Order: sequence, then C-alpha cells, then structure tokens
Amino acid sequence: MELGPRIIFSIGDLNITETVCYAWVVSIVMIAFALISTSKMSRIPKGSQAFAELIVEFIYNLVGSTMGKQHTNFAPYIGTLFIFLILGNSLGLFEQRPVTADLNTTFALAGITFFLIHYNAIRSKTLKGYIKHLSDPYPFMLPINLVGELAFPLSISFRLFGNITGGVIIMALLFGGLEGITEGMEITIPFLLIGIPLPANFFFDIFEAGLQAFIFTMLTMVFIANGMTSQEHH
Amino acid sequence: MSLVTPEAFVLGMSALGAAIVMIGILGIGIGQGFAAGKAVEGVARQPEAQGDILKTMLVGQAVAETTGIFAFIVSIVLLFANPFISML
Repeated sequence: MELGPRIIFSIGDLNITETVCYAWVVSIVMIAFALISTSKMSRIPKGSQAFAELIVEFIYNLVGSTMGKQHTNFAPYIGTLFIFLILGNSLGLFEQRPVTADLNTTFALAGITFFLIHYNAIRSKTLKGYIKHLSDPYPFMLPINLVGELAFPLSISFRLFGNITGGVIIMALLFGGLEGITEGMEITIPFLLIGIPLPANFFFDIFEAGLQAFIFTMLTMVFIANGMTSQEHH
Repeated sequence: MSLVTPEAFVLGMSALGAAIVMIGILGIGIGQGFAAGKAVEGVARQPEAQGDILKTMLVGQAVAETTGIFAFIVSIVLLFANPFISML
C-alpha cells in the first residue's frame, strides 16, 4: 500500500505533490469566495455577502471570547486558518487526499503558530520579561522550559497529521475491503461501495475534519493569548 | 540452514512492534472517557454553561490525545516506512 502523496509533476528536482496542488485549489476557492462575496456590497446583505458576514461574525465572536476583546486583531489570521483547515481536511469527500494528511502542511502551519506565539510574547512583555518568564521559577529550569516550548509545534502538528492520516488509512482499508468482497463474489461492479462507506465518510470527512480544524485554531488562540498575558500573574 | 529470511523476520517483528505500540491508545480511551463523564456532570449541574463546557472538554481531550497520536505515528513508521530494512 502506497501511503505518501502522489507526485503530480516535477520542475527539475522539485516535486509538486498532490498536497501542494490541493492546497492551491483550496486557496483559490477561498480567494474566489472572498472576492465574489465582497464585489457587490450592499447595506442590506443578501446572497454570498450574508454568508460571508455570518462567517466573519462567528470568527470575531470566537476570537473575542477565547483571547479576550482586546486581541480581536488576530481574527483575520485565525479565520483564514480555520476555513483553510476545514476545507483541507474534508477533501476526502471528493475522493482526494486531504491537504493535512501530509506532515509538511501541518508542520508549516505549526511553525507559523510558534512564530506568532513567541513574537507576540516578546512584543508584549519585552525581551527581558520574556527571558524572565522562560527561566521561571528558577534560572536553572531554563533548558527544561525551552524543551517544553519547542515540543509545542511538534505535538500540535503531529496531532492534526495523525488524526487525518488515521482517517485516510481507515477509509483506504474500508474501500479496499469492500472492493475485495465484490471481487470475491465475481461481480465486476463494486456495488458494495454504494452507501456502505457513508457513515465512515461522514465521521472522518465532516465531523473529524471540523473538530480537528477547531482544535488546531483553538490551541493556537489559547497559546498566543497565554503567552501575551501570563506576565500579569507573576 | 535458516527457515526464515532476515527480511521476513524483521518485517514480522516490525508488525508485532506496531501492534504492541498501539496498546498506548488504552490510556487515551480512559482519559477521554473520564473527561467526557465529568463534562456531562458539569452540564447536568449547569445546563446554561453547555457551550463553554463543550469547548473546554474538546480542547482538553485533544491535548490528552497527544500521546496516543505519537504511538500511532511510531506504528505507521514501523509499518510503512520501516527503518530497519535498510540496516540489513
């Protein structure tokens, strides 16, 4: 069983896998929706503008209730991340490989989160306060705290990757098994694939996709807010 | 004269190792169930706080899941990207 993403085409030594192509497709869908829904803005929203306003309002409420009202300037990034992850996770609905079933994608997103956490922590409590926070409660604990900070992007990226890849493997096993059964009955049309994988599809491509996207964005928000405000407690 | 080739032995032992690694999932099953039970208790006591409790429970369960996900990745590596075959 081949597990890695297929290589669509390559430019020299650079291989463009299906992960990259589907990430482009998801980005283009998101940009197109944003352009279409804001092209003809009216005071009384209708059609795609109303839907876009619903999404934006939901994201702003989520960020405001999780990070605090003063940090709503993070909402554009958080919202983009959330929608990208939902669309990218649920590509299994179209019989394609999800974008996030590739460690490169999840690790890149975790890297952005890691950079945001530490950049905002340094900006809000100055470099001295940041180092003081890292060497808390005693200076000799600094290496242990550093390892703990470095483990965060690893764990958050592996969590998303593991959950989505587990779904991909189980779906592949299910499809393969059902096809094998129909081949065993010597019927050329795999009619068992109709309807039977539907509950698994629903769980892995709709429920799990939304849940993992929510958890990734939620942890991002919690850790950014935590890094910015923890000075007040010490 | 050996009955089992080295490749077959390494592959079989890797499959066994992958299965044993997945015993680590036992812990998250218990932990997530415990968290969900406590959340049900909380909702039964305060039905109006259901949204907050659900959000907190999901994030807590996701963090508790990390160890199981690491076990799962070790298992995937043993099954599909075996590092021991190239050592033979």
